[in-house]
Amino acid sequence: MTLGQGLLVAVLAVPALGAVAVAATPRDRVARLVGTVAAALTLLAAVPLVFGGRGWVAWSGNEPAVRPWHQLDLQWVPGLELRFHLGVDGISWPLVVLTALLTLLCCAYTMWRVPDGGSGRALVALLLVVEVGILGTFLALDLVLFFLFFEVVLLPMYAIIAGWGGAERRRAARKFALYTLFGSVLLLVGVYVVVAAAGTADLVTLTGGAGMSRGTQLAAFTLLALAFAVKSPLWPLHSWLPDAHTQAPTVGSVVLAGVLLKMGTYGLIRVAVGVAPEGARWAAPVLGVLAVAAILIGSLVCLAQSEVKRLIAYSSVGHMGFVLLGVATLTATGIQAALIGNVAHGVITGLLFFLAGAVKDRTGTGTLAELSGLRETSPRLAGLLAFAAIASLGLPGLAGFWGEAFAVIAAVQVGGPLWTTLGVLAAVGGALTAAYFLRLLRQVTHNRPSPAVGRVGPGLAGAELTAWVPLVLLALAIGLAPTLVLGVAEAPVDALIGVVKP
Amino acid sequence: MNVVQSVDSVALLPAYLAAGTAVLVLITDLLVARPRATIAVAALGALGTAVGSALVGMSAERRTFCVGADCSWIFGGRAAVVGVVVALLTLGVLGLSVPALLAGRSPTGEYAFLLACSMTGGVVLGAAGDLITLIVALETLTLPLYVLVGLRRGSLASAEAAVTFFVVSVVATTLTLLGAALLYAVTGGLHLDRLGALLAAQPELRDLPLTTAAVAVLLVGLAFKVAAVPFHAWAPATYDGAPLPVAAYLSTASKLGGLVALLAVVQRALPADQTGPVLALLAVLTMTVGNLVALRQRRTVRLLAWSSVAQAGYILAPLGALALAAGRTDEALSAAYAAALAYAVFFVVLELAAFAGVTALRPAGADGGTLDDLRGAARRHPWRAAAFGLALVGLAGLPPGLAGLFAKVTVVRALLDGGAAWLALVVALNAVIGLAYYLRVTAALWAPSTTPGPAAALAGGGASGVPVVGVVAVVLAVATVAAVVLGVAPQLVLDLAGR
Repeated sequence: MTLGQGLLVAVLAVPALGAVAVAATPRDRVARLVGTVAAALTLLAAVPLVFGGRGWVAWSGNEPAVRPWHQLDLQWVPGLELRFHLGVDGISWPLVVLTALLTLLCCAYTMWRVPDGGSGRALVALLLVVEVGILGTFLALDLVLFFLFFEVVLLPMYAIIAGWGGAERRRAARKFALYTLFGSVLLLVGVYVVVAAAGTADLVTLTGGAGMSRGTQLAAFTLLALAFAVKSPLWPLHSWLPDAHTQAPTVGSVVLAGVLLKMGTYGLIRVAVGVAPEGARWAAPVLGVLAVAAILIGSLVCLAQSEVKRLIAYSSVGHMGFVLLGVATLTATGIQAALIGNVAHGVITGLLFFLAGAVKDRTGTGTLAELSGLRETSPRLAGLLAFAAIASLGLPGLAGFWGEAFAVIAAVQVGGPLWTTLGVLAAVGGALTAAYFLRLLRQVTHNRPSPAVGRVGPGLAGAELTAWVPLVLLALAIGLAPTLVLGVAEAPVDALIGVVKP
Repeated sequence: MNVVQSVDSVALLPAYLAAGTAVLVLITDLLVARPRATIAVAALGALGTAVGSALVGMSAERRTFCVGADCSWIFGGRAAVVGVVVALLTLGVLGLSVPALLAGRSPTGEYAFLLACSMTGGVVLGAAGDLITLIVALETLTLPLYVLVGLRRGSLASAEAAVTFFVVSVVATTLTLLGAALLYAVTGGLHLDRLGALLAAQPELRDLPLTTAAVAVLLVGLAFKVAAVPFHAWAPATYDGAPLPVAAYLSTASKLGGLVALLAVVQRALPADQTGPVLALLAVLTMTVGNLVALRQRRTVRLLAWSSVAQAGYILAPLGALALAAGRTDEALSAAYAAALAYAVFFVVLELAAFAGVTALRPAGADGGTLDDLRGAARRHPWRAAAFGLALVGLAGLPPGLAGLFAKVTVVRALLDGGAAWLALVVALNAVIGLAYYLRVTAALWAPSTTPGPAAALAGGGASGVPVVGVVAVVLAVATVAAVVLGVAPQLVLDLAGR
């Protein structure tokens, strides 16, 4: 086993063993510390995956379109075409690191504050299990294994929402579980439509279509795209998301928005587009229209929201719309935009949910009408909120800009009346995004302090700063140097586009 | 024709062992008359039957009671799997019964004897090569259960359940026999393989209305036994009235028996183009109705009963692929049969674990109670509740219950290989409905209990209640470990089911 393979295994094994260790540690505080250490070790194992194994530059016709930097391929269940095939490349690595980072921050945050509902020990263990599922989804190079990890996330996340969430948590958690399971059973059928037609579940072989007939590809793409549209979520299949986000505890919202949604968009790029390119070309206009509808509707709904977490949740619908628009263009620019948009959204929305959680914890309310004048009583918190909101609305120089701008550019570059219109409408949606975030800021930070805000002290806890500062820095870093993400993703995206375009 | 047959006693060894267990239990009960001894003999006998089946099954297929090429007793790979699984299930159910038996709620000797008789039926069933052996074996499996269901002393519900079960089951048996008789009238054969060959060779026989009627009646009779909708109405009432371990036996061993009989008939005797559409319809109805009704249940055992109705639908689903021509190629057929059997094996393990979980979380000898009785169980018995939760999640088909997930995957895969994508979608969507109620039970385990105090303590078998005997916990642990092992290495089941 090479070092790279060892790291791949470690990225999954460390959080899994960490979860067991946390569950087995009787003292709550020690257990949370063990969990945080496990999450930190996972991040340490995930970062070096970028080194080594990248001895190729451009795509050429006779090599597979997916060329992982490191991979591990073991037999598991031959009767179901299931192999334990892991690999990492430039499309998955940024998301792997993002997942490891956000989980670490959430665990560290839980060291300081455990939401009401259950023991902090169980919460940290569940967070680690969710991390295993998400990382496995990003690393899987076998379709069936991908499906398996996709399912792993569901129940622990349900438990996090149902156990530590707000007043309406049970209903929200059940809605989340049933909705997402609906998506993943479609994924199951889609996966085996592909496996039955192609005779293999290996993503490396399958990427590019593997000679499947047009009919099979259309059926497979429809099923897979529906599955990922529920997870992403793409309008009109998004209605589980606002409830889940609003009711989830802060760390739950952060993981949910930061990385869980990315499983959908990642799956769309890696699996749906990669495995059924003909289906993707066929469905691209529909996908594009739905994506722009998501952007516009998400923004308009945000303008009417009166609850801060719900507003951020709906803003995710709009942002994921940009990501999906990028994917739908099926161009290198578009997919790059989708990837960087994915990462940026994870960083910024993660930060936003942390901040919204902090505001709610301090004031005891999330209703916008009861919040105002935060900058008077807690200028630092207000400043951070302003930073995150401005990053999210896509100010150039911050992370949110690249994904949105390039998705619009990609749509316009595709040309033709449809895509030009979509590009223009998406740009209008971008302006609406600015409108609702500025409305949020005006409401929450400006004016005279409301009674609820008046009680808030100016201080920020050390744990809070520890959790937020890395995200602030990352939002700046990606905004100033998008090549952090795009540099590693360029070659695999070109390779993917090479097989997707006829 | 040679009148004196040579009998291959090695092939019959599992049946000897199972029947011997029953006799030995009866003698032990008469001579020793100590419940513990009787239970020990029955447990050892069941274990011996499992080992015997496995040993005989490891060598090549053995046939005996042959007339020409047709044999009434064929002990091959599948018979061995069925034998081992039925014997182990009997052992597990016996373990679950220990607290009730030691508490004197049921007569130990009769209980163990009847259970062993039922096991004999199950072991013979897997090896049956003709319709008469098949039906007699199925009856041997079912007959003791009429009594077992009613064996809870002083319980009116138990007696009612027994009568319901008896009446429905006798009707089903009559139908099955009628089907067998009609088939004999049409073809003059009773051996499964001979029937299959005759019907395949003579298409004009297949087109006879009488054949269609025979096939339909035979299938309906067997559908009663697996409690497929619309022949399911007896199951919830019977399960709920029966003692918990017997309900566990009904929904595992008895259901497996029904499936094995159905599989034998469909695979070897009947024309696939006639059985396919019927089975597809039965599967769709069974899983959908089972799941939808389970959503509304408030009593634990009724919920499990309806869920097991739904699970029967998933078991039948791969056979529904026979409805399409693409599903009737040799490869697709064997995949479908293997998938049905594999699902059944995954299912019985999880179902036994679930019933063991309910038994372990309830006072000795109690019935399943309502879902509210289980609220907060995880705070009193974290490990037992976790095992029960794992079984439920497995039945729903989600990680961490990987065994259940692989079971669903097997079914979906077989269906798509057979070109029945629509049925695969129905199975998939039903899994979503299923999650809704499995989640409700699982969440109740960890929910804060609404009625703290004496009622909760009694329900959990706490300090003031009857202590739960360790045997139940052992059965629960073993079933859970089995489920986990099958979840990690599902290939074991897939290999066995494909033999």
